[in-house]
This record gives sequence, structure tokens and C-alpha cells, in this order.
Amino acid sequence: MDFSITPDQRLMQDSLIRTLAGASSLDRVRRFAGDADDKGADIHAALADFGLTGIVIPEEFGGLGLRLLDAALAAEALGRSVSPGPFLGAYVLAPLALRLAGSKAQQSEWLPKIASGEIIAGVAIAEPVAGARDGAGVTASGGKLSGKALFVTDALIADIFIVAAQAGDLHLVRGDAAGLTRSAMTTIDQTRPLGEVGFDGTPAEPLAGGVHALDSLRDAGWTLLAADTLGAAQVMIEKAVDYAKERRQFGRVIGSFQAVKHMCAEMAAELEPCRSLVWYAAYAFDDAPGEASLTAAHAKAHLSEVGRFIARTATEVHGGMGITDLLGLHFWFKRIGLNRQLLGGPERVRRLAAQIQGLTA
Amino acid sequence: MDLRLTPEMEAFRDEVRTFLANHRDHYAGEAGARPREAALQWQRLLIDNGYAARTIPKAYGGYGAEPDILKTRIIAEEFTRAGAPRGFANQGISMLVPTLLEVGSEDQKKRWIGPTLRGEVVWCQGYSEPGAGSDLASLQTKAVEDGEDFVISGSKIWTSTAAQADMIFCLVRTEPDAAKHDGISYILFPMTTPGIEVRPLKTMTGSAEFNEVFFTDVRVPQSAVVGGRGRGWFVANATLKHERGMLGDPNATEARMHSLIELMKSETVDGERLIDNPVMCDRLMQLQARVMAQKFNGLRLLTSSMTGEPAGMAGLVVKLQGCELNHQIAALAIDALGELGVLYEDGPHLRAKGSWQWNYMFDLGLIIGGGTAQIQKNIIAERGLALPREPKLASV
Repeated sequence: MDFSITPDQRLMQDSLIRTLAGASSLDRVRRFAGDADDKGADIHAALADFGLTGIVIPEEFGGLGLRLLDAALAAEALGRSVSPGPFLGAYVLAPLALRLAGSKAQQSEWLPKIASGEIIAGVAIAEPVAGARDGAGVTASGGKLSGKALFVTDALIADIFIVAAQAGDLHLVRGDAAGLTRSAMTTIDQTRPLGEVGFDGTPAEPLAGGVHALDSLRDAGWTLLAADTLGAAQVMIEKAVDYAKERRQFGRVIGSFQAVKHMCAEMAAELEPCRSLVWYAAYAFDDAPGEASLTAAHAKAHLSEVGRFIARTATEVHGGMGITDLLGLHFWFKRIGLNRQLLGGPERVRRLAAQIQGLTA
Repeated sequence: MDLRLTPEMEAFRDEVRTFLANHRDHYAGEAGARPREAALQWQRLLIDNGYAARTIPKAYGGYGAEPDILKTRIIAEEFTRAGAPRGFANQGISMLVPTLLEVGSEDQKKRWIGPTLRGEVVWCQGYSEPGAGSDLASLQTKAVEDGEDFVISGSKIWTSTAAQADMIFCLVRTEPDAAKHDGISYILFPMTTPGIEVRPLKTMTGSAEFNEVFFTDVRVPQSAVVGGRGRGWFVANATLKHERGMLGDPNATEARMHSLIELMKSETVDGERLIDNPVMCDRLMQLQARVMAQKFNGLRLLTSSMTGEPAGMAGLVVKLQGCELNHQIAALAIDALGELGVLYEDGPHLRAKGSWQWNYMFDLGLIIGGGTAQIQKNIIAERGLALPREPKLASV
């Protein structure tokens, strides 16, 4: 028994960080963010080569058969490099939905294709998890879906969709199904394309696993968003500290001023315990299911708060340079900003955290 | 990550649970600096069964078990669950004992560790001085060599339990001509030695949790130095490391969180439970997440201390974060109680004997003591992030 990640996991994460330094360099991210026609095919290919497409898919379906903790370590690496490319929805939540709620036939049909990188699966679970706004929400009736879903991952490029209806039931919809429409949603974070998907009597096949499967998808999503913020925030601290060691004013490096030094220390002190919280939430998903929902909620809400503090403080340490496009720090700032709201902002998640442990009704 | 319980660990949990159930009548907490006989008996019972001084070698009066992160956790969990008092956590046990184990002579270990663990010898810590707080190494209490002895003069402040203590572990300047950090020795002597005067230092809580201690020609044998003459600064730093751990103990924080949740579930205002107030509940959940993160950070630290990997940043943040968290938990309890939260000392409406207010004030002292929050941030920045030290003034 131990509370640490294994040497193999460390190796995997380091190797992914190196891969992304090439495949998803800041220059590459910048081009992706600035060009709506850039679908990031080369980045997808690099993620697929690394095996991320099949990270949580069982080996019998061509995946790596790893656990959510491994996926969280990958998410941390992706957050570090503000990497574009389908991950959270396409390679983790969609396969999990099939694993948890799909029939054997559905699993056999789709999991190998996801694992090989042949198809991308969009995930539409925002409304039943984070609440329905602007009249969004999907209803299912007689094998057909109606309504619209917002903040759908990889909405424009997805070949199939996993859709949660308002009642919590899950459905699988083909990208070319009748009555399905899609459009881009422009967010602050241009590294992770989201979209709106409309359904108008659109044929869908149910994933029979039902409401509990959606809770698990939510827990996994919360945990991975927290992990992504962990990685992004860690980089922002590193960049702030490096800058504070180089930038000279009043004849000294600014990192020798306690006003600046303490900003750096506060960021590090806030983030370090978060690492253990994220690890544990991810571990609990597979190995301590009774604690999974509560720890995932706390990881999501707490990393949202700590992430916001670090995004702002690290930017301030950089002075005026911090807010320039040239420096590019804003990619991390925005990534953290998106993670905070996706699948529920911290206030909503904390309300659920109290309910999950039976403290409130 | 593998926190699964093997059948052996399940059996261990049952064993702890059975012990706690069978000894419910013997529960007796530390309550004050000088433990009562019942508390001394409870402590001995805990050591004999491996629930206190668990990894201290048998030869020195401990239980002599191998460090085991999971068993440590199970013990902590079961004691919290049963509401049973944990083993003593005074300065002698938390700070002096680990220091002696690290740098003490065989004779010092044999002589002091056992009685300290059993609560028979109570210690106080003589570090801070009126002119040496955060800049501890500038301390001026001098120890002048005289034959086989040192003769000590000067004064210490913030000395908790000095009035009750049998012994003091004390920093004194033995080499006045050496550089600031090289002239200090770490020395042990009885508080009954002639020439020691203790004056209570009353704080904002209304009681005197600390003292001032004055030394006038206090004669102490040179053999009482720990870790070598002039090495006191390095010995003290080993101790401060343990103090930072003690002051940020996540188990204590978790227990307090548990009390806060119980409070907010049971107390009502206008017939509504405090926890059903969305604002209060949100604050509670924010703190619970932090407590959880601290707890898992603690488990990670235990793992790295077993594997011998450097704890790095995870260890440096414990005191800063833990003390702040304790203070905020007390603050929320007071706010949730509202007007009842300001009651103090005694009275028909008082809750928890006024301990939330007491903690709120005392914990502010702990944020300052044991290395202020600002000093902790310097340590995190300089040792953890390799940021430069504050430049020295040209002339001081």
C-alpha cells in the first residue's frame, strides 16, 4: 500500500510531456487557436500514437486498459502544454460511457474504433450535470432525441455523440443522423473546441446503463478537469518563478523582493496539496467507489479556486508582459478559466458535494 | 497508488477497534501541560499496544514497530471515529524525541526518550528571545564555560508549559566570537536548577499559554549539550522541521473539521439547521476540500518518508497551510453560531465551553509562532522554488 504514483506512471507522464513539447508546442497551439480551419490532425495523430485514444479502453477492445489515475496524469500533461486535441470527451468520457452503460454489441462496435483513432466521439452531458441554461436540454422519446446540447466536446469533428438527456439517460447518436445540427461555440479558450448540437427527432440508440453511469461520467469529468488545471497552474507557477529570477528592477531580480517572492510561495503552497487531492480522486474512481463522487467534487471545486488564484497571480508576477499575446501566458489563464465552469462552477459543485455526503437534501 | 486494505490490514483495523471498544473506560486526554494519573495510564496503555510512540525503538521506551503508513492511518481513523484521545503530542514528544533520535548520544537517548514518551518528564522549549524571534539565530542568552559547566544568563520568551515543565531544551550562545549560526549550542537542563525564574505571559485568550523565562547564573554541566558544542543551530533546525510537522498535523485538523460538521448539523437558527444555509454550507465545503487535500498531502509525505524520497514542496507547505486551515475552521464555527459564537468562559448558552473562540484566538498565535506565515513563505520560496534570499543590507 502506498500513496504515490508508480515509476511507470511517472515515466508515462514524463514521456507524454516530452511528446507534447514537440507535437503541441506553444507555436503550434498558437496556430491552432488562430485558425478555425485548423483541425489539429497532426496533434490528434500524436495523441493516438502515444496511445491516449485507448487509455481507458479495455485491452480486449484494442485499448491500454488503464485506470482513471493514468488518464488524470495524462490530463495533467495536456494541461501543462495547453494542448489542443480531443481528450476529455473523446478518449475518456465517451469510452467510459460505453464501458459503463453500453451493451456488449455497442462496446464491440465502437470501442475498437475509438481506440484506433478511427473515430472521434463527442460528449454532450453539460445540461444534466451543470444545469440547463438558455433553453438547452435534450429529451428522449421513442428512440429519438429532441432539443439542444451546449458545450459539447469536439462537436464539429465528432463522428458519433454520447448524449445525456435531462433525465440522466445516455444515448448514442451517429454524427450523420437525421435532424442533427452542429455549430461552434467560441469560448475564451481556443485550445479546446466546443460546440452546440441540435436534435430534431434524431434517431438514437440508448446506452442502457442509465443514471448511475452519468454520475460516474460526471465524477471522471470533474477529476480530469481538476487534473488539467493542476498541470496548467503548475506551469504558470514555473513561468512566474523563472520570470521573477530573471527580471531586474531597482537593481535586483524581482524575485528577491518579498512582495513578489511571497506571491510565488503562496501559489506553490496552494497548489501542492491539490496534487494529492487529484491523485486520490482519480484513484477512488476505480478503487474506492464509495469515496469517488465526493473526492471528485472537492477536486473539481478546489482546483477551480486555486487555479483562478494562480492564473491571476502568475500573470501579475509577469507585470505588463503577463497580459500580452506575445508571451502567450493567456493560453494557460484561459484554459484554467474554462475548466472552472465546465461541468459546473465551484458553487454548484460544492452544493452537490454536500448532497453527495448526505449533509443536505 | 494502492490504498486497498489487505486481510492483514482489515484484521489490524479490527484489532484497533476492539482495543478502543474494550478500553472506553480508560480514555483520558492530555488536558493541560502536566498530565493527570489517568492520562499517564492511558498513555502507557497506548505505548504498550503500539498506538503511541509506535515507531520509536523498544530500547528507548517506544513500541518498536516498522513505519507503516497504512497502520498509522488506520490508527488515526479509528481513534477519530471512537472519539478516543490520541497519545500525547507535547513538545517533548513531538520535538525533542525526534531530535535525540537523530543526533542525541546513546546516553541521552536512553535517559530521556522513555520517560518523555510516558509523560513522566515534561519539557519546554527555550528558543525565542525578546530580541530573537523570526531572526532566531541572533539569540543572545549566553553560556559561559566554567570548569565542567556552562553558566547561563539571559532570557527566553514564548515558552509554553515552562511553569509545569521538569526540563528545558534550550538554545544558548556558547561561542560568542563565532559567526552567528556557529556559536549556538542545544542544551538540556532541569527547570529546578537554581537561577531560573518563570513569569506567565497572559495572551488574548485570557489565559497564560506562554511564559517568559529568566536565567541568572544557571549552572549546567557541559555534558548536557546535544549534537556537539556550537552545532546547536543545526540541531535546532532538525527540531523546527518536526515542529512544522506538528503544527500542521492534518489529523488534528480533520478531527476539528468533524466537530464543525457536527455543530452545523445540530445547531439551528429560526428552526433551520446551520448547514442548510447555502452560504454557510458553501464555506463548509470549501474548507472540507482543503482539509481533504491536506490529509492526502500528509499521506503522500508519509509515503515519501518511508521510501526515503525527499518530500520537497509537499513538506514545506504543511505548517503554513495547516495552521491557516485550523484558524478558518474556528472562524466558520463562530460565524455559523452567530451571536452565540461570541459567548466565552461560562454561561448557560455557551457552546463547546467556548473552545471555538479560544481556538480562533490561540490558532492565530500558532500562525505566528513556530516560524511566522511570512517566514514559512520565505522558506517555501527559497528552498522550494530556489528564489533568491533578501539581499543583506550594506551595513547593519
